[in-house]
Amino acid sequence: MTEILQIHNLRTYFRGEDTVVKAVDGISYGIEEGETLAIVGESGCGKSVSALSILGLIPSPPGWIESGQIIFDGHDLLTLSNSEIRKVRGAKIGMVFQEPMSSLNPVLSVERQMTEGIRLHLGLTKQQARTRAVEMLETVQIPDADSQLKRHPHMFSGGMRQRLMIAMALSCGPQLIIADEPTTALDVTVQAQILDLMKQLCQENNVALMIITHNLGVVARYADRINIMYAGKIIEQGTAREIYRSPKHPYTLGLLGSIPRLDGRQSDKLQPIEGQPPDLGDLPSGCHFNPRCQYAIEKCTIEYPPFIDLDGSHRAACWISDELRTGAAH
Amino acid sequence: MSQLTPESATKHESSPCDDVLIKVQDLKVHFPVSSGLRFWGKSELVKAVDGVSLTIQRGETLGLVGESGCGKTTLGRTLLRLIEATEGNVYFDGLNITQANRNELREFRRKAQIIFQDPYGSLDPRQKIGDIIGEPLLVHNLTKTKAEYRAQVAELLELVGLNPANASRYPHEFSGGQRQRIGIARALAVKPEFIVCDEPVSALDVSIQAQIINLLKALQDEFNLAYLFVAHDLSVVRHISDRIAVMYLGHIAEVSTPDSLYENPIHPYTKALLSAVPLPDPDLEATRQRIPLIGELPSAQNPPSGCVFNTRCPIAIEDCQKIVPELRNVAKAHEVGCILADGYGPY
Repeated sequence: MTEILQIHNLRTYFRGEDTVVKAVDGISYGIEEGETLAIVGESGCGKSVSALSILGLIPSPPGWIESGQIIFDGHDLLTLSNSEIRKVRGAKIGMVFQEPMSSLNPVLSVERQMTEGIRLHLGLTKQQARTRAVEMLETVQIPDADSQLKRHPHMFSGGMRQRLMIAMALSCGPQLIIADEPTTALDVTVQAQILDLMKQLCQENNVALMIITHNLGVVARYADRINIMYAGKIIEQGTAREIYRSPKHPYTLGLLGSIPRLDGRQSDKLQPIEGQPPDLGDLPSGCHFNPRCQYAIEKCTIEYPPFIDLDGSHRAACWISDELRTGAAH
Repeated sequence: MSQLTPESATKHESSPCDDVLIKVQDLKVHFPVSSGLRFWGKSELVKAVDGVSLTIQRGETLGLVGESGCGKTTLGRTLLRLIEATEGNVYFDGLNITQANRNELREFRRKAQIIFQDPYGSLDPRQKIGDIIGEPLLVHNLTKTKAEYRAQVAELLELVGLNPANASRYPHEFSGGQRQRIGIARALAVKPEFIVCDEPVSALDVSIQAQIINLLKALQDEFNLAYLFVAHDLSVVRHISDRIAVMYLGHIAEVSTPDSLYENPIHPYTKALLSAVPLPDPDLEATRQRIPLIGELPSAQNPPSGCVFNTRCPIAIEDCQKIVPELRNVAKAHEVGCILADGYGPY
């Protein structure tokens, strides 16, 4: 398997009132052809900013990319000009956002919005683009596709709008789709349908899928690998089984302990992570998680921990990972 | 703490099991909507809640789950008479609140409170949080002196895990989870017996969600509160509820204890809903079967005849379009609104 996207030491900063907010602070990861990678973390951990950085969508000012490389298809996206990156965005990398209503234009028909990208990126005529759009709507199981094209976004339900977004993201034959909280605004039955559909279409077309979510509970069925982020850094990486079966970083343990399980017992008390996530403009010294960590030792407050390799591809950035590995800390 | 303990906590502690606090009888809430041009368009009705009966015991949590637009929020608000019922009765401790006069209603409002979903929209941005929490105390004349008022506000803040020294700060200085704590303190100020929790944790991050759920549970144990816990997240509802009611298009489909509902769901809608809830376990998920729901939620303006679920039901028979199913007991404390539930057809 080849990695189609490699991110090396990416740092994306924002200017705050009198601080520099380090929204993404030195993250590195790759995504392989056709695989599904989940990036999980809570509000403000930098997961969305890292995705927007890939697409060159960081608003500047106040934001800028301090350093790093984003290698996609052999090119460093950060060195491309605006017109070059426009050929990648929407064509080779598709996007699906959280709010299907606010990411569709309310005053344009679905046809206009769907064919715009198809004509631009694939160079088709209006009629060919329309045929392609109908095909795509059929692929995402929107019934009566031909007449739906004339309708406007408000005439669709939330789940249908998200199907439209998926159809648009897939329409130009991308190699990677970035889905930022694609189902957070949807009901649970619709959420399941949308995620099943995305996963199935990506597998059929050998498209890599990056799902960004705040809820570790949602992606167990879909993710091949998982990155857990906290305060601008990746703190644990591994395959889905490694993360769910033997989480090593105390924050990952905390996240899993916080989720009530449908198949759990009521007597299982939830184990919340105490305290609040830190202010990204004023991070605690040492490990960013140390003020909320129940295992923290003195070293944790002084120096940021490096990644410790565990079994296989499993890595965690924690000073006590050695004890965590042997289970001594639990 | 003794000051804050509601009288009910001591009076009814001995028999919380069959002590009905709220009884809802055949409740209907219909909203008129006009379609088309104002003079020519005929007025239609959205049947948000259409014939719901249920009870809530003292000190009990009734979870109410369902998808967007099923009427769960409307039902919760009608129990507090924040929305007027179209038909039917809501009894609170024997008082029919749909008929209550002003004085009775005022007394009722001291006993029943609400916590909202959005911790940003539900707090006045120009009021200090001490004033937000203290306002119910003033409205209901619950404190006699300024010193007593301040002490109560401080006690409430501490109760929900906030520093009393923060009373003079404004809502925007707090995070989502802290704001939800402020909303809880405001609801607790009048020492209520019943709180409608309308999606209280859906807007929060998972680690903060768990903090608030644990807080709500601890407060319930301390004050013998009854909750109507409205949510769309079945895992959360299963965790916190004593009984769960599943709602679909204005009707209750199934009511049961969490264990019985999860292990033995009977209504086909409940089955589909449960099968869609993700489990945080890749191995279990790999073998799990989904029961897909066909089509979209029908409009509440023009609900299907008979059983409202029949258009999407995988096992519907012809009779389902004719007979409106009533909730029937199929097992101990397990009621189902499906005509096929006990041997009527090929179930």
